[in-house]
Amino acid sequence: MNKRLELPKKSFWSPASALKYLVKKPVTIRVPKTYREASPRYRGFHVNDWDKCVGCGTCAEVCPTDAIHMVEFEEIPTEPGKRNWRPAIDYGRCSFCALCVDVCTTGSLQMTREYIHISRDPNTFFFVPNEKGIHSVEYPVGYERDEDSDLLDLDRVEMPVIEPQERVTSFIEMVRGYSKEQAIAEASRCVECELCRSACPAQMHIPQYIHQIWKDNLDEGLRYLYKTNPLPEVCGRVCTHKCETACSIGHRGEPVAIRWLKRYIADSVPLERYHEILDAKPVKPAGKSVGVIGSGPAGLSAAYYLVLMGYDVTIYEAKSRPGGVMRYGIPRYRLPDDVLDKDIAFIESLGVRFVMNTKVGVDITLSELKQRHDAIVLAVGFTKGRSTKVPGSDHPMVLQALPLLEKIRDYLRGDAPKPAVTDDVVVIGGGNVAMDIARSVARLQKQEYGKVSVKVACLESEKEMPADKEEIEEALEEGVEIHPTWGPRQFLVENGELKGVELKRCIRVFDEKGKFNPIYNENERKTLTASMVIEAIGQAPDYSLLPDEICQKLDFVGARLLTDEYGQTSIPWLFAAGDIVHGPDIIHAIEDGHRAAKGVDTFLTGGNANE
Amino acid sequence: MKEFELFFGPNHPGMHGNFSVHLRVDGDTVVKAKPVPGFLHRGFEKLMERRLWIQNLALIPRICVPEPDINEMVYAMAVEKIAGIEVPEKAHWIRTLILELGRIAAHLFSIGGIGGATGLYTFPYWATADRDSVLDIFEHISGARIYHMYIIIGGVRKDLPEGIDSLIRETMDYLESRIPEYIDLVMKNRIIQTRLRGKLVLTREMCEEMCITGVGLRATGVDYDIRKYDPYAAYEWVDFDIPVGEDGDAFTRGYLKLLEIQQSIRIIRQVLDKMPKKGPVNVKLPGNALKWRIPPGEAYAHVESSRGEYGYYVVSTGETTPYRVHVRGASYPQGLYGIEKYLPGTRIEDVPLWLGTMDVCPPEIDR
Ligand SMILES: Cc1cc2nc3c(=O)[nH]c(=O)nc-3n(C[C@H](O)[C@H](O)[C@H](O)COP(=O)(O)OP(=O)(O)OC[C@H]3O[C@@H](n4cnc5c(N)ncnc54)[C@H](O)[C@@H]3O)c2cc1C
Ligand code: SF4
Ligand code: SF4
Ligand code: SF4
Repeated sequence: MNKRLELPKKSFWSPASALKYLVKKPVTIRVPKTYREASPRYRGFHVNDWDKCVGCGTCAEVCPTDAIHMVEFEEIPTEPGKRNWRPAIDYGRCSFCALCVDVCTTGSLQMTREYIHISRDPNTFFFVPNEKGIHSVEYPVGYERDEDSDLLDLDRVEMPVIEPQERVTSFIEMVRGYSKEQAIAEASRCVECELCRSACPAQMHIPQYIHQIWKDNLDEGLRYLYKTNPLPEVCGRVCTHKCETACSIGHRGEPVAIRWLKRYIADSVPLERYHEILDAKPVKPAGKSVGVIGSGPAGLSAAYYLVLMGYDVTIYEAKSRPGGVMRYGIPRYRLPDDVLDKDIAFIESLGVRFVMNTKVGVDITLSELKQRHDAIVLAVGFTKGRSTKVPGSDHPMVLQALPLLEKIRDYLRGDAPKPAVTDDVVVIGGGNVAMDIARSVARLQKQEYGKVSVKVACLESEKEMPADKEEIEEALEEGVEIHPTWGPRQFLVENGELKGVELKRCIRVFDEKGKFNPIYNENERKTLTASMVIEAIGQAPDYSLLPDEICQKLDFVGARLLTDEYGQTSIPWLFAAGDIVHGPDIIHAIEDGHRAAKGVDTFLTGGNANE
Repeated sequence: MKEFELFFGPNHPGMHGNFSVHLRVDGDTVVKAKPVPGFLHRGFEKLMERRLWIQNLALIPRICVPEPDINEMVYAMAVEKIAGIEVPEKAHWIRTLILELGRIAAHLFSIGGIGGATGLYTFPYWATADRDSVLDIFEHISGARIYHMYIIIGGVRKDLPEGIDSLIRETMDYLESRIPEYIDLVMKNRIIQTRLRGKLVLTREMCEEMCITGVGLRATGVDYDIRKYDPYAAYEWVDFDIPVGEDGDAFTRGYLKLLEIQQSIRIIRQVLDKMPKKGPVNVKLPGNALKWRIPPGEAYAHVESSRGEYGYYVVSTGETTPYRVHVRGASYPQGLYGIEKYLPGTRIEDVPLWLGTMDVCPPEIDR
């Protein structure tokens, strides 16, 4: 083949062919007379919907040219999960790559088809995009993120759980926990924006410990956990996880499984290594002693931080085992004993003394305690049940949730015989405690009778029910029936025998101000059969341990004690923490305990914790 | 006769970007030539080590302004090799489309440049305007005309927009109709014939000696084209020819580019006909892009750029940034050794033609 490139022959007329260009349409345009519309995907100047933007700063994080700086705007209100920062863009640096648009956690950031900015003033190239755009002239939207270009991972790594048919036959822990691969994959969804931290009552170092999981450095992860929380095994399972509601990934996808990640760290590090990793030892003996009443999360947390500050700490507990509601309330399928034991064992190993089976006010008086200790932390929780007080509620087959949950856990530990449940049970209440008792009873029924018959009646509509959505779903999966918007009118007793519950329709639970103030339609009624009724409508404190002269000096707000920020009551040596001060959950109790420890320290060293 | 020293570039109409050639001339004849890079240096390779895998997307296309997409492609290919990522079929087709559009745009720009160096100014005007019609397509697909940032690790960033098919076909028809006009205006032109025919000849031995690929090598009769010899993207699934010449001169190199545009048009039409209409356009790495980690390993990936073999050697240590990226610029040999060794003996007016017909691209040297 001859590879010499030959040209086609030149025609005689070819010079004349140039004439045709005289009549051709020019390809150039006259600027600025003619405006050239950019393409629909054009990566022009940014716009940002300020109402949607949460100030997470992920756009700034991804920007390859460092063009984005987060600027604080005091006029923007903040709340957990929302910062008042907004991105400002330096168009002297921006490369118009749109990575910021593709990563934006809320989808508030977009680009327009506007592309001309001319100015002698360099400052005008530094611009905080809002809905209006750089020149406050409306341009059509240009580049937008779509599913293909999305730079976030929106789907949670699925948590392995035991299937409903299987789990309802026993009290085996339902959630199995992440493997290392799963935990790292889940951790790699976090953008480390820290928005979740402000939603956590204890301000846990969430992005920091997630980062350590991602780097497979669990020792460091554990250190981060213990900075603010000495009960990570517990919280990694049953925390109310407000942080996840605030997680920025939750705006477009499923929030990062913060709680399960915490559990992964705690589960993965053996207790034997805690001392070496945490290097937790009292700073210096303070030479003073503190008594803590109650071994629930508040008491344990206070004790942990106090012992580290060098105090001699003794916990007094009425029950035979420490842990409070964690030990006697929360069902075992959510929180097994061994993990609670692990958290508590570490606290104990630091030198905290536990005096069990000692009910203050009965076995020992508060003033006796005061003689033994320099300060007292009261963390007795809400241990009494509340009754509906409707006709028939005094029947012996009408029970309270809390004592029954306690009996079930004692039975499962082998501390007590199996509590009797009948084959037709109605639970009154729509919160998590109602779900706990309903699901626990379902398990006992399944074992005893081979089938589940538990009906939950609550005032709230399905949407308003205070129980977690997951709890409701899981209860339904296990065969529990739910009857929302019904309140008890009476418990039906025939010949001394409990027969059922008469319900009346609840048409409104909360008033305009959002206060609990139910209204019923007394004429709309229905009846549920029941041979056993369990009331789970809330708990109340038991202050009988406090002598009158002390009670008189204390300030109460409803059922709760009024303290300062550091748990100090109006009696300087008496501090309080947990449900009796704040509620409603373990992580608040832990934070309360931590603060009370700081308060006690300040009190005993003669300072002022508020300083 | 006295020798003179001439600084050709960095600011010279015949110079390709920020680059300089220091010449010693005796009359019109070049006696000594020394390439002087360093005007552009942004340390691309070093910068890449400091940027997340995704962030490099904004940096790499800048290594070649006329043909940015090859950078995105070899970067993605090398990383995909290391991580064992299977790119979905549709992405292969779209990548092929992008790369061929890029080749057309780059060739138009390059041969237009010959007009600049020879005083045939209609040529660059035509070529630039025609290239703009290709940039219009890029703007629709990627949202930008020059730096597309479109080929990503795992596939392409977005699916093709609705209705792009007809825009591409119309543009291809138009460009095809322009080729005879280019031949008439340029290739048959007396000036071009005189200035390019038989000038700046590269022999096959010279190409082998310096590792010159692309049209430089093909102009000596060797049909080496990576699209055929080590096919990537969808090149195995389309028909096209590799135009070759044998004179090895500047004219053949220029003419081959025009002929290659014809082949690119042919490929693009096949892509549009054969590409699946549905299906994913990328596979996602786990986690968000800030936390993408590429498993430890190293890989070299190469493509046939408009200037020859273009490749990246990427090393990963399992971190969120590359450990090392090395850029194999297609014009590196002819732009560095070639100038020093083979420019002496040519004439001053040949210097821009050397740079032009061999597409000496400063960022490939200054990387
Ligand atoms: C059934 C149930 C399920 C729950 N589930 C969750 C959940 O999943 N997640 C969550 O975050 N929160 C949950 N909570 C709420 C949470 O358990 C409480 O907010 C938390 O336990 C309060 O901690 P505390 O330390 O204040 O009190 P408690 O945990 O109630 O501990 C108080 C301790 O003080 C002891 N005590 C009381 N009086 C005396 C006395 N006079 N002398 C000596 N000791 C005394 C008690 O025996 C008890 O051990 C649940 C609560 C209940 C009832
Ligand atoms: S477009 Fe790219 S360079 Fe510009 S601000 Fe966004 S991320 Fe930064
Ligand atoms: S990523 Fe989006 S939501 Fe977050 S700060 Fe930037 S613009 Fe706002
Ligand atoms: S868990 Fe969510 S809110 Fe918290 S740092 Fe990570 S991404 Fe941000």
